[in-house]
Amino acid sequence: MTDFTAPRALPVDDRIDLERSVPDRGGFNGRLLRIELLRVLRNKRTMIFTIALPVVFYIAFGMPQPAKWDGLDFNAKAYEMISFAIYGAMAASCAIGASVSVERAQGWSRQLRLTPLTGPAYIAVKVVTAMVAAALPVILVFAIGSFTGASMPAGAWITSLVLTWVCGSVFASLGLFVGYLVPSENAMQILGPGISLLAFAGGIFYPLAAMSHTMQTVASFTPMWGLSQIARFPLLGGSFDPMWLVSAVIWIGLFGAGAVWRFSRDTSRV
Amino acid sequence: MTPRDPQGAPAIELVGLEKRFGQVHAVRGLDLTVEQGEIVAFLGPNGAGKTTTIDMMLGLSTPTSGSARVFGMEPRDAIGRGLVAAVMQTGGLLKDLTVRETVDLTASLFVQTRSVDECLERAGIADIGDRRVQKCSGGQQQRLRFAMALVSDPALVVLDEPTTGMDVTGRRDFWSAIRQDAQRGRTVLFATHYLEEADQYADRIILVRKGQIVADGTGSQIKAMATGRTVRATMTGLSDRELASIPGVDSVEMQGDSVTLHSKDSDAVARYLFANTNARDVEITARGLEDAFIALTGDDQQGARR
Repeated sequence: MTDFTAPRALPVDDRIDLERSVPDRGGFNGRLLRIELLRVLRNKRTMIFTIALPVVFYIAFGMPQPAKWDGLDFNAKAYEMISFAIYGAMAASCAIGASVSVERAQGWSRQLRLTPLTGPAYIAVKVVTAMVAAALPVILVFAIGSFTGASMPAGAWITSLVLTWVCGSVFASLGLFVGYLVPSENAMQILGPGISLLAFAGGIFYPLAAMSHTMQTVASFTPMWGLSQIARFPLLGGSFDPMWLVSAVIWIGLFGAGAVWRFSRDTSRV
Repeated sequence: MTPRDPQGAPAIELVGLEKRFGQVHAVRGLDLTVEQGEIVAFLGPNGAGKTTTIDMMLGLSTPTSGSARVFGMEPRDAIGRGLVAAVMQTGGLLKDLTVRETVDLTASLFVQTRSVDECLERAGIADIGDRRVQKCSGGQQQRLRFAMALVSDPALVVLDEPTTGMDVTGRRDFWSAIRQDAQRGRTVLFATHYLEEADQYADRIILVRKGQIVADGTGSQIKAMATGRTVRATMTGLSDRELASIPGVDSVEMQGDSVTLHSKDSDAVARYLFANTNARDVEITARGLEDAFIALTGDDQQGARR
């Protein structure tokens, strides 16, 4: 037990000031952002699921691929690189989304309401955190890929990296939804295996091209299909299938709507 | 709405405050004005509506009717300016942060702040700044909540059962720091269900019961109400209203023929009973502070009548 007997008194003439101002940008600031990012980096489970796993998977399953798969004219290593990178980005943004529910469970959201931090500023912090967390696996897997034989035209490297990052980040909405659905620290225990399952079903861990026609059809109805196809478009070339965008918008819209629905249901007791 | 100048405004102003949760009428028309610099105890049993009232005072929930203003502003405006801080009973901490990070993060959200080191020191946790919150004891977590409340140097601090989980030293240090800051002009309102704590540290005690204020006065005034004696008798013929109007009677409880009267002048009441009623088996007992507190705030069937 900490023991102190004489707390230092502040001088009586150091009067409490009543003239105060409201912080700029609703309280959004660098110190807050730095601590939020530190929390992500310190979370071992998040780091394993979102960074270690995609890197190990790429090294184990992506690197050994031949330059090209039979009958297909794109670089197989680059295909796998994008797949595992987007998996990492999705897992990371999902974890940040789900962390909001942990904060609610611990009464932190309520505590923040007793500070000048506004709702939009809080959301902005979470969006930036999710995007940074999603960027880490993408940059890492792409870097390893570039040194181990993944090849694409220079322009495709940049566009696929950006698309992988953005398409991975929007998966934060699934994290939010599950976080509000399971308002406790169990959310990530459900999401971890759940995301892997979706990655198998959506053709991320298992290339779509290697699937049977039926399986490809099934895959096209799962949430990761559209987003990952968009991320691979710079590599695959050809024509852009509008169904990718439809799939992405519908799934992200559903997760977002689900999160808002659950949030508004128990918001009276924040 | 443009906020009034906080300079002369009351620290807290509750007018006709009411809160319903479905069938439950938690706060029933509460009027309260707390001037700047007062130390006020909000005393009442669990379920009296203390926390519900505090939530509305802090803008965490909206009143069903009536209004709550802080320094003449909407609570949210006052909080945005860092005029108000609160120490809650439980929760409100992130387990994966360190003690120092928690205070630093809180400080980053306000425009005018005191230094993080000073607040850690005054809360008595300067030596555990690098400890994770989840490794802190209940008392240390409570000190951390206090450090967070100090960092914005608020003009009003609201404390909900502030010393829960603190040991004796913790309590003493906590209250000494609170009183020091009150001398600098800080207004303090704390909720408690300990009469002793209220009496010891508050200039003014507000007794709440079933969402209403039942008494408002200094510690000694409340204690005077709380002292006095209980007169029990078996009698018939008088209604509780008639009994309450007997000179010297503060409150009445009836259970069939058995009548219990609370009074500060039990002799006069007994004399009246013998002279004017058919009272028998009259019994006079002293009542203690806690007993009286229960009588004033307790949830008995007849209710305490003043």
